[in-house]
Amino acid sequence: MNIIVTIKQVPDPDIPPIHFKVDEAAGKVVPPPGVAPVMNGYDANALEAALKLKEAHGGRVTAITLGGQEARDTLKRAVAMGADAAVLIDDPNLREGDSFTTATALARAIEKVGEYDLILCGRQASDTDAGQVPLGLGEILGLPTISPVIAIESTNGGVKAHRMIEDGQQVIEAQLPAVMAVSSEIGEPRYPPLRGIMMAGRTQIPVWTAADLGLDDGSAAPKVQLRRLYIESREQACELVDGDTPEEIAAALAQKLREAKLI
Amino acid sequence: MPAANGVLVVAETERGGLAPISAELLGVGRTLAEVLGGTLTAAVLGSGVAEAASALGELGADVVLLADSPALGEPGVEAALEALTPLVTQEAPDILLLGHTPDMRELAARLAFRLGTGLTTDCTALRVEDGVLVMTKPVYGGSANAEFTVPRARPQMATLRPRAFRPAVSDPSHHAEVRHVPVEVGAAVRSRVVETVREEATTGPSLKNAKAVVSGGRGLGGPENWHYVEELAASLGAAVGATRAVTDAGWVPPGLQVGLTGVTITPDLYVAVGVSGAVQHIAGCSGSRNIVAINKDPDANIFKHARFGVVGDYKQIVPPLAARIKELKR
Repeated sequence: MNIIVTIKQVPDPDIPPIHFKVDEAAGKVVPPPGVAPVMNGYDANALEAALKLKEAHGGRVTAITLGGQEARDTLKRAVAMGADAAVLIDDPNLREGDSFTTATALARAIEKVGEYDLILCGRQASDTDAGQVPLGLGEILGLPTISPVIAIESTNGGVKAHRMIEDGQQVIEAQLPAVMAVSSEIGEPRYPPLRGIMMAGRTQIPVWTAADLGLDDGSAAPKVQLRRLYIESREQACELVDGDTPEEIAAALAQKLREAKLI
Repeated sequence: MPAANGVLVVAETERGGLAPISAELLGVGRTLAEVLGGTLTAAVLGSGVAEAASALGELGADVVLLADSPALGEPGVEAALEALTPLVTQEAPDILLLGHTPDMRELAARLAFRLGTGLTTDCTALRVEDGVLVMTKPVYGGSANAEFTVPRARPQMATLRPRAFRPAVSDPSHHAEVRHVPVEVGAAVRSRVVETVREEATTGPSLKNAKAVVSGGRGLGGPENWHYVEELAASLGAAVGATRAVTDAGWVPPGLQVGLTGVTITPDLYVAVGVSGAVQHIAGCSGSRNIVAINKDPDANIFKHARFGVVGDYKQIVPPLAARIKELKR
């Protein structure tokens, strides 16, 4: 089973709130010094799911990302984890795009890669939290699309996915090729083994531009425009409840809740 | 700029009636339609949903487009997508709103790509400025807010975070013009739901609409300590929730996750036990009117969002707290 995994490089989502800063004029996050961007968490889950399917059924795993040259590091990590190949889409005209731009560029790149049975994406990226790209890929490529997926099984000629719904899950049978947006419940991503890290250092990563993908005509221009990015503080002063014994603390807290008419 | 054709909302039903998000869609939809000077239309798609039409009228819709067909009663969004695409093309609304719920957010994204327009998902505020819809959504897990517009393409599409908007109030004297929409769903089925597994309803109130919620985080140490959360919840008559770390670790089912990728809740009281307060978790509970944090780390981010806090070992605090609450409630 040949699998394509779409990957995004994002600012580290674990930057503590006190160090999280944005440049309002540029509409961008200013990462604290020394904190490198990382592979989007759900994309790492998708890659892990792809590697497990490859281990069970054979095939190739190709990682694709749209980003600047710095996104190479994330692709190298994908190769180190076990991806067989990686492709970087890098073009100034595609970099400042929206979900439409990204899905369009990824779809063209996926078509250029060629043979594939399954496209796995993270359910959403931890920077924009939009969750549109996997569904957009399905629309552009005309493929069945399932989101969010917490388990994947290969069946005879098709695939069975477990889709999370509000009060449980649906088991969905889909024809291949198909697109799936993976959620974290599918399993923790592996750490790259040392052998993989050495291999990744030697792997050539081709760079495709908008022209390579036939998108130098502006057809992937964004539909949505960022107007403002800002931090809204909702912090409030916390009243700490204390006492000499746990019983005293508990009684004092219960009393506070009673006074606030919460119990 | 195309002529204002008003606001179209896609209502959602559950068990035959309207889902709560429908009133929230009509609430903000009415505000936007008044600013634009256009009509407020509600579309409802499903099987046996005719009764929802009058309820949508009472909630303020001027026009209700009713697409009622057995094909639309099947699980999944394929049929709804087939039905909605021509409907939206014909109505050509200026603004199109859906709920950010599991089915509707999928439907919205796919529809936006079919229509070739722009969508902002999981919005927490909407306003019209200079005739253009400004859509606010939390980004970076909730660390920042972003405002987006769709400058040229139409409709301007948004999905609304549940419980972030004030619901429209029902007025039994208000009636909508109801129009039946023919449904032609003929697309080849490439995926089908073969089984639906519902998690057993936990005892106590449901998480989504509970007035009080007690959540547990990784700070509990392990699943064997989960009973502390349940004990406290039982004393308060509260629902039980969890952080993503806890649901990912499989201590409790995924449906209990409070946060960005779980449930968004707005209870009167939210008690967080052993919860550090990652921004992605705060995104799901910051609408709570009162947050109480019990955590042994005084620097935990949760205290920045809490009204009351206890710095200490939950194993020592929770049992006497539950006992004291029971006494006070007697």
